[in-house]
Amino acid sequence: MRASRLERVGTYAVLAVFTAYALYPVLAILFTALRPEVVGQGGVHWENFAKAWHEGNFGSYLGTSAIVSGSVVAISVVLSVLAGYAFGTMRFRGHQALFYLMLLGIMVPAEAIVVPLYFDLRDLGLTNSYLALIGPQVAQSVAFGAFWMRTYFSSASRSVVEAARLDGAGHWQTLWRVLLPMGRPALVTLIVMVFMWTWNEFLLALVMVTDEALRTAPLGLRFFSGRAVTSVPLLAAASVLVALPVVLVYLFLQRHFIRGMLDGAVKG
Amino acid sequence: MAVAEPRRVGYLYILPALLVYGLFLLFPLLHSGWISLFSWDGLTVGTFVGLDNYAALAADVGFLAAFGHVAVLLVFFAVLPVSIGLVLATALSRTRIRGMAFFRTALFLPQVVAMVVVAIAWQRIFAPDGALNDLLRLVGLDGLVTAWLGESGTALIAVGLVGTWVQTGLAVVLFLGGIGKISGELFDAVRLDGGGVVREFRTVVLPALRAEIGVALTLTVIAALRTFDLVYVMTPQGGPGGSTTVPSYEIYHRAFHSGQVGSAAAIGITLTALAFLITFGITKVTGRDR
Repeated sequence: MRASRLERVGTYAVLAVFTAYALYPVLAILFTALRPEVVGQGGVHWENFAKAWHEGNFGSYLGTSAIVSGSVVAISVVLSVLAGYAFGTMRFRGHQALFYLMLLGIMVPAEAIVVPLYFDLRDLGLTNSYLALIGPQVAQSVAFGAFWMRTYFSSASRSVVEAARLDGAGHWQTLWRVLLPMGRPALVTLIVMVFMWTWNEFLLALVMVTDEALRTAPLGLRFFSGRAVTSVPLLAAASVLVALPVVLVYLFLQRHFIRGMLDGAVKG
Repeated sequence: MAVAEPRRVGYLYILPALLVYGLFLLFPLLHSGWISLFSWDGLTVGTFVGLDNYAALAADVGFLAAFGHVAVLLVFFAVLPVSIGLVLATALSRTRIRGMAFFRTALFLPQVVAMVVVAIAWQRIFAPDGALNDLLRLVGLDGLVTAWLGESGTALIAVGLVGTWVQTGLAVVLFLGGIGKISGELFDAVRLDGGGVVREFRTVVLPALRAEIGVALTLTVIAALRTFDLVYVMTPQGGPGGSTTVPSYEIYHRAFHSGQVGSAAAIGITLTALAFLITFGITKVTGRDR
């Protein structure tokens, strides 16, 4: 027995207060999204979502976000696995220096590189392109991903790799047939994190994109909220649409996700 | 440990990652350093001015104000969440909690919601007819009712409070994880010794959580330093009377609206250097080895 009954009640009370505090803004926007647009009308208005979708052109924004996030996740996960594998299991001249060079990228704030990126891409005629949205985010994700996957590969059991070797597997097969299937938890965490970062990204899209067809969901939401005619329930509905994909993934993978994120942070 | 073995093929494995990284991160960073040495409006040919942009920042009222605002935000983004997190995690560590998974999911939720959405949600709460003013009227504090984001005296604090909301869950979850690893016998020993909560906190919790505190401080301080989405959406154009400008906003504004690209790059490089210093500094103090 470590705690008295009173203490236990107190603990739950404190926990409840903080949980309510954490949830309130999120639930408030959810309930606002279901409110009638005209004050005084009653009822639950699910049609707000459809209306926000059409009026705010969110089909296009969410589509762009899906393309950008999908591409960034796919490319950076493959590149991170390859680089992490080499950094974690192989020794070659300069491997340490190269690793630290990439690690540097975790600490470089996007604010510092967005200015030259814009002017360089402008000179190449590449602002307002998927490349401008995808390239920089792959680079940032790979900096973290190479570090993250290296941690996994260097902790993978040596005997497993040797067994694979005895079975005649080369370094390529060892990676894809043996180590990667075993490393699913590390991989899923990486995928979820990169997806979250990319989906929620705002500054890069704000700077790179003036073409409405290429607006990402957060950027589109910013424009939607800036319109004077947007009603509060519709703005709330649009906010829910933009936040939903990441929140859904989070709800399904949260245990795994929090554990991975904090492990990564403590190790990093 | 690793199956480290000499293999040249390693170069091939890292090549694609290194290529993208070099092209879209390393090169822009170096280029940013180069641009910061020029007086350039982004359109015409720039003139080389050496370190003048950096020197000018030291006397630049707008830039200094932005850093002053970040100093205030640090309290809300880092000091408050870490303090609240420590107290809360300690309080929670004394009881076995049922349904912890639910509480953890809820507390951590603010971390995964897009900042633009967070900004819009809190904009409603801080609105003149919003929930905060309703609450104040309800408890009889009518004198405090104000347009929180519209007044130069309160806008920055309002933004800061959102930062506290976002970061507290991160700190709590981090610390709970750390406390979970402390052996229960240590707590029992303090209690048998007649020690109370305070002593338990000082002698058991605090030393055991050094690494976690380091991580929480690094993440939250960097987040405060980099704040952009929140201020940009909640308080457009730098807020009432420019009261919520931050370095990231100054970078954006100077580079893309006022034609001071060199100065913007100089702020970017300064910010990067600061982020490095803080990360290494906190790592050193809390003894977290990378």
